[in-house]
Amino acid sequence: MRLDHQTIADIIAPDARVLDLGCGDGELLSRLAAEKNVTGQGVEISEEAVYRCVEKGVSVFHSDIASGLEGFPDGSFDFAVLNQSLQEVRNIGFVLDEALRVARRAVIGLPNFAHVRARLTLFFRGRAPVTPSLPYDWSDSPNVRFMSMADFRSFCRRRGYRILKSEYLGVHGRVRLWPNLFALNGIFLIEKG
Amino acid sequence: MLSMSPSDTRPIVEPRFFTFAEPPDAGLPLESGRTLGPVTLAYETYGRLNAKKNNAVLVCHAFSGNAHVSGFHRPEDKAPGWWDDMVGPGRAIDTDRFFVVCSNVLGGCSGSTGPSSVNPATGKPYGLDFPVVTIRDMVEAQRRLVDHLGIPKLLAVIGGSMGGMQALQWAASFPDRVRSVIPIATTLKHSPQQIALDEVGRQAVMADPDWNRGGYYGRKPPEKGLALARMIGHITYMSDRSMEDKFSRKLKDGKVSFSFATDFEVEGYLRYRGDNFVKRFDANSYLYITKAMDYFDLSGDRLFGNGRSVRTRFLVIAFHSDWLYPLYQSREIVHLLKMRGVDATYCEIQSTYGHDAFLLEIEEESRLIRHFLAKTQDIAGREDG
Repeated sequence: MRLDHQTIADIIAPDARVLDLGCGDGELLSRLAAEKNVTGQGVEISEEAVYRCVEKGVSVFHSDIASGLEGFPDGSFDFAVLNQSLQEVRNIGFVLDEALRVARRAVIGLPNFAHVRARLTLFFRGRAPVTPSLPYDWSDSPNVRFMSMADFRSFCRRRGYRILKSEYLGVHGRVRLWPNLFALNGIFLIEKG
Repeated sequence: MLSMSPSDTRPIVEPRFFTFAEPPDAGLPLESGRTLGPVTLAYETYGRLNAKKNNAVLVCHAFSGNAHVSGFHRPEDKAPGWWDDMVGPGRAIDTDRFFVVCSNVLGGCSGSTGPSSVNPATGKPYGLDFPVVTIRDMVEAQRRLVDHLGIPKLLAVIGGSMGGMQALQWAASFPDRVRSVIPIATTLKHSPQQIALDEVGRQAVMADPDWNRGGYYGRKPPEKGLALARMIGHITYMSDRSMEDKFSRKLKDGKVSFSFATDFEVEGYLRYRGDNFVKRFDANSYLYITKAMDYFDLSGDRLFGNGRSVRTRFLVIAFHSDWLYPLYQSREIVHLLKMRGVDATYCEIQSTYGHDAFLLEIEEESRLIRHFLAKTQDIAGREDG
């Protein structure tokens, strides 16, 4: 069981309606349906991943995230999930506004660009960092936005989103000490202020 | 009923006919306000209806299709039904699990009542006396057949192109009779471009002197006009790329003739397709069915009506390179589904085959359809206890 999925599953309320933006092969939604009886809907851009979703019985729209949000009436979902997908989106403010329009709350999972390993690589070796949560070489990374845990918190303050919960994850478990230095990933539950 | 013939493992299926709206019963009321009766639908069934009667799948054929979707009529038949690699034992629409029904559309010419059928009032073929029918009328006729077969609620209605329109119409007309619909390479409404292409085909038929205002039965049919209409149709079913892959600029005889003979392979192919079509298709049916597609419009609140909560599940499939029913038209369907909070899946399959992809990209479609049906059957099983 992936630690990030476990953390998100702990946040999502039972019987909730969940929109997973960038749902990949549907593993999280399939689990949420089985364990928490959620009604899930995925949005995913990869055709192969769409097939895998359907094989798991997960309903999914084949589309990019921004167009995937279009058309849903306000408050269609209890939760929008953007796990490891927001850093691949160009217009982050628009997508989060839209996510918080169609859902009451959003769960955002992000890799930490300011992890100690990233900092050391950059400082001592002068190379673009590669870490367990940012595993790509600079030349073929799908990521277009690089943020730290502190960056995201400050972004939420600026945009007027309330952070209701934040969980920081390392390789094996929660990180409690200096998350902006030691967390590989952060998972935030946010709502409109 | 599908059965295995002892000498051959090829599934043999028997064409069947269902006639309704016969006197003293009232005729079938049509969207135009006219009535039609009696009405016969040619149909085929595969597999068995289970005890709970909740495993029936209705397959709707496209414009020029027929009820023969799978298997063989006779062991010596060369080709199986038109979607045999999708429908059959072990296939995505698995006839070992599902009771599959396919009928020829109202207005068609493959056994169902259409303009070439005999008008009981005159004892002669209807011709242009046949009333204009719509997709809604076709689905209304199918609903009578589904009643006749004792199916309270269909597990799924599935179809590509005009078959997809019928699937959508089922969701609109009989939401309580269908658990899921699978519209493939289709649209909520014909665009002006689609209407224009249909009209060119109709004009090709009607410009043929042999058409004789539809009164050609027992004489020479308008073969030239109908073949020309079909040639145009086939261009729209392919893509620029698939034509390049299939024909390139290859010559039939290795050299150009400096005449108007068929120099290029693509010309020969279109002529062959056109000439073959006139042997199996009625020109008046061509007019009536294309008109039905042009009238089709479930946009706005016509698909689901106002307020009603939608319990029908959807699997919408579209293809890159399909320029006859482009992706945006399937996205419009998805937009309506989102607005109404419908449990739905949408997939855009990479393909270079153009509109024909819905008959050719079987592997990808099967992955979606097989599992979507399994999940729908799960839900049906839970609800039916």
